[in-house]
Amino acid sequence: MTETERHDYDVLVIGAGGAGLRAAIEARERGLRTAIVCKSLFGKAHTVMAEGGCAAAMGNVNSNDSWQVHFRDTMRGGKFLNSWRMAELHAKEAPDRVWELETYGALFDRTDDGRIHQRNFGGHTYPRLAHVGDRTGLELIRSLQQRIVALQQEDHAAGGDYEARLRVFAECTVTEILKDDDGAIAGAFGYWRESGRFVVFSAPAVILATGGIGKSFQVTSNSWEYTGDGHALALRAGANLVDMEFVQFHPTGMVWPPSVKGILVTEGVRGDGGVLKNSNGDRFMFGYVPDVFKGQYAQSEDEADRWYDDQENNRRTPDLLPRDEVARAINTEVKEGRGSPHGGVYLDIASRMPSEEIQRRLPSMYHQFKELADVDITAEPMEVGPTCHYVMGGIEVDPDSGRSSVPGLYAAGECASGMHGSNRLGGNSLSDLLVFGRRAGLGAAGHVESLERRPAVRDRDIAAAAATALAPFDTPSDPADAENPYTLHSELQKAMNDLVGIIRTEAEMSEALDRLGKLRERLRDVVVEGHRQYNPGWHLALDLRNMLMVGEAVATSALLRTESRGGHTRDDYPTLDPAWRRRVLVTHVTEDTDSPADDTVAPRVDVEPAERTPMREDLLALFDLEELEKYYTGGELAAHPQGGRSAP
Amino acid sequence: MSYTGRFRVWRGDTDGGALQDFEVEVNEGEVVLDVLHRLQATQTPDLAVRWNCKAGKCGSCSAEIDGRPRLLCMTRMSVFGTDDVVTVTPMRTFPVIRDLVTDVSYNYAKAREVPSFTPPADLAPGEYRMQQIDVERSQEFRKCIECFLCQDTCHVVRDHEENKEAFAGPRFLMRVAELEMHPLDVADRVPAAQEEHGLGRCNITKCCTEVCPEGIKITDNALIPMKERVADRKYDPLVWLGRTISRRR
Amino acid sequence: MTTSARGVDAPGRAQIDARTLRADRWWLPPAATTAGLLVFLVYGGVRAFQQQYFFADERYLTPFYSPCVSLGCASEPGAAHFGMFLPDHPLIPYAALSLPFLLLFRLTCYYYRKAYYRSFWLSPAACAVPEPHATYTGETRFPLILQNSHRYFFYLAAVIALINTYDAVLAFRHPADGFVVGVGNLVLLVNVVLLWAYTVSCHSCRHVMGGRLTHFSKHPVRYRIWTWVSGLNTRHMFFAWITLGTLILTDLYVMLVARGTIVDLRIIG
Repeated sequence: MTETERHDYDVLVIGAGGAGLRAAIEARERGLRTAIVCKSLFGKAHTVMAEGGCAAAMGNVNSNDSWQVHFRDTMRGGKFLNSWRMAELHAKEAPDRVWELETYGALFDRTDDGRIHQRNFGGHTYPRLAHVGDRTGLELIRSLQQRIVALQQEDHAAGGDYEARLRVFAECTVTEILKDDDGAIAGAFGYWRESGRFVVFSAPAVILATGGIGKSFQVTSNSWEYTGDGHALALRAGANLVDMEFVQFHPTGMVWPPSVKGILVTEGVRGDGGVLKNSNGDRFMFGYVPDVFKGQYAQSEDEADRWYDDQENNRRTPDLLPRDEVARAINTEVKEGRGSPHGGVYLDIASRMPSEEIQRRLPSMYHQFKELADVDITAEPMEVGPTCHYVMGGIEVDPDSGRSSVPGLYAAGECASGMHGSNRLGGNSLSDLLVFGRRAGLGAAGHVESLERRPAVRDRDIAAAAATALAPFDTPSDPADAENPYTLHSELQKAMNDLVGIIRTEAEMSEALDRLGKLRERLRDVVVEGHRQYNPGWHLALDLRNMLMVGEAVATSALLRTESRGGHTRDDYPTLDPAWRRRVLVTHVTEDTDSPADDTVAPRVDVEPAERTPMREDLLALFDLEELEKYYTGGELAAHPQGGRSAP
Repeated sequence: MSYTGRFRVWRGDTDGGALQDFEVEVNEGEVVLDVLHRLQATQTPDLAVRWNCKAGKCGSCSAEIDGRPRLLCMTRMSVFGTDDVVTVTPMRTFPVIRDLVTDVSYNYAKAREVPSFTPPADLAPGEYRMQQIDVERSQEFRKCIECFLCQDTCHVVRDHEENKEAFAGPRFLMRVAELEMHPLDVADRVPAAQEEHGLGRCNITKCCTEVCPEGIKITDNALIPMKERVADRKYDPLVWLGRTISRRR
Repeated sequence: MTTSARGVDAPGRAQIDARTLRADRWWLPPAATTAGLLVFLVYGGVRAFQQQYFFADERYLTPFYSPCVSLGCASEPGAAHFGMFLPDHPLIPYAALSLPFLLLFRLTCYYYRKAYYRSFWLSPAACAVPEPHATYTGETRFPLILQNSHRYFFYLAAVIALINTYDAVLAFRHPADGFVVGVGNLVLLVNVVLLWAYTVSCHSCRHVMGGRLTHFSKHPVRYRIWTWVSGLNTRHMFFAWITLGTLILTDLYVMLVARGTIVDLRIIG
């Protein structure tokens, strides 16, 4: 083994998206020496892809908005599966986090009286999304990035070293979390992508902020980084994942040409008047309004069209139903043979407003289609279809501090779970990053400050991690068995996409687990060419371990949950089952001492059901009993002030 | 429609390298990055390419195609003829790491040299009030995805390594302009633009604007307005005359 | 650093033999710019010193001779509106009070700077094409630091544009026939309108009108002017070239009428 670079920090943040950067800012402001490790360059994280906005009940556009309304919207969107405490903290703290961004230099679009403008979005009762055109995520990441730089400048002014207390390790991948003899977090092991050299971080607190898992699916709006690293690292470190069956498919991704399949088409297209049509030219969404939403959506095209101009006297178009409903409807249309030539449906805005208007309202969509698909959306309809967008499930954390079950291990952002329940509302993810990023930073800082001794990394763990990382350079005993990482990746994506995708059945998911099991065997024989310096084949081979573990977590959880809810739709159990609301599926690494040693590559996972914590009474009282009865079993509602009619 | 495309890709590292020829399948609707990915999956698994979102939003996959700085993910194959040889090289202003990946740390170093946003000391979070027309100029500059293609194409550093120390490059001169035009920034950024960030080295030949994938009018809206603000302070002959006379006394 | 290890060949950068891999005709725009600017300079130079055929039909004064302030202007009665005081010398153009400043206005113009830095100085000839110079300091030193004086030439150019406007208006009045409109009037008018467009669309003008403000919202009128100038400013290059053309055409027209080669067609009067 070549010599290994070592660094010592108080807090190690893995991931440099919104949550990771906000966490690092908090830890550093608490005076701790903080490192940020990220797979990409600094400022390139997937957060930049967020378009719509950042939800915060500031009430700048409609003063009726409040944290209570935001809380209710969030819980409804998640079909009451959310961690109510996280939804509460999120609704209460999001405005402060947005205002804080302004002190970092963010420039949101403004209202006439000079405050932050807020826009309407699916599932939000009032205009609530702070935004900058359709590039809000970029604004968020740049503001946080510039705040990091500002803190580094402070350190430079004080002691001449920009990186004295806050350093970004860009293009560096963490492959293992390290613990001490007592099972407390001691640091992490990784490699520099540029050189392939290993690096060991000693740190008593690690914050995972690695984002999602979209790259396990074939059609996704996610970037290559979304390989479920945080999820898998946490599992291997002994933490739990929950709610892994809930994966959000955004209804409108591009479907043609193949090279851009999955890239997001913003919800704003429908918000501004775009409508979905099948190959017969029918606006099919009118036939897909589910019972729980009956009466809330327009029933005729005329009424829907009037809604855009007069929202007081008309009901909104069913094109703007929650994402899960629209995605399922599109899926059905395509399956029943009414899809577009490339397997999507049509999203038509060209026939609905003048060309100049489209270009003014949706500049980046216009350019996206023009440049990537050579389609002029002002002249012809777009072809769209569902794309894997977000994972609601993730690392089980304490709502207030982001602490996992492993001492010293914290998580925030998409890789943490709880906030969004079974389905995330648009706009709630950017605010999630800020609120819980900060809280994880605080939690980790508190943990470090309370420590009496610093956990030490164990040399044998480092040696084991190095051996695992280098394994893909070894040729298997029979060279004919050598597997290509790119091939394995595409087979994994296909299995997840086709069998654990938007509509699921028991047979297909069993088949998926079967295929994943075989991929697990083949992964041991993966071989990469070349050397360690910036070798994408090697990087992919190591990321595959994580994607495989996450894929098994999703498929196993989805197989167990015999109901349909939010981002989990079972063809064989098509309705929501209140009995399942209180149950949570927990994923952890199999504690099987007999398992073959090879499984250190990608340890097997088990999924077990557990009970959710009941909602606090004052929060429960924010809802009408009638609404809760759609989601809860009678016995759970005894605490409601309206009495819980069917209570025992 | 599918055809066999001809590619010349630079492969190598700091010790040297060469353009290598490849023949690779190209399908309808693909961009250059798709073809490079196919090369990775079928012929050169260790071909180093930096990329991320593949939608023109993160600015990672900057390189040079037929000698011109471009984003690999936003260069569609349909702009080339099926017989054309497409040449792909790393950015030539920054040190190469391997194949198409370069060391862009120059840019991060320059970013640190620009003093951060400085709001009025007595303004609490939530009390910020700004008018839309006042934030729009800086908002244009904040569209920047930091692909660093403007830094790559700028001859001031591309053709003169020795200027890297004194010249922040279009991206970070634009950052200075963004803060200078920020309605709530109280720091004085004009003298530093000229003296510390090297604005005077810009000869407004507009390659940065031509290359910007976000279509930001870097030269017209950031660099020239900054030059004018510098002229306000430094090159006003009346002020200069006054200073000269007072110095003589 | 040796000459061979400069720029894209500097140590550490990807070692590629070709200094540029651009395969398009990148040399065409700078070549065309060079040709265009040379044509104008030669034509303008010849005409500025020709000292005849500058006043036609007793009312058309070519912009190359405006304001006509040389004692030599007496050869064409009615051409001088601002007095005649400069000595009549072959090396002193009749419009010696305006031409040098107009030249300097264009020489320091942000568009022309780009044009001649690229075409004459090859710095750079085209984007991502290496420039031939061993060192480069841009506009940080004498003489190029003087480019910063652009705004003062803008002020003078605006005054001269006023004079050109005065000339164009005055040209509607024939000493004998009174109010007349000829083709020459339209030529002069179009020219002066475009001269204004070029002058007002100048980057310095944009700055002075409102660009220097941090808070547009506190100066609504200046913001409106700035917005309007900004719109014109996006076409500054277009106006820069089109006015070179209209200046030559206007002058040519006046010269040909003055020489009697063509006859000015009267539309009214």
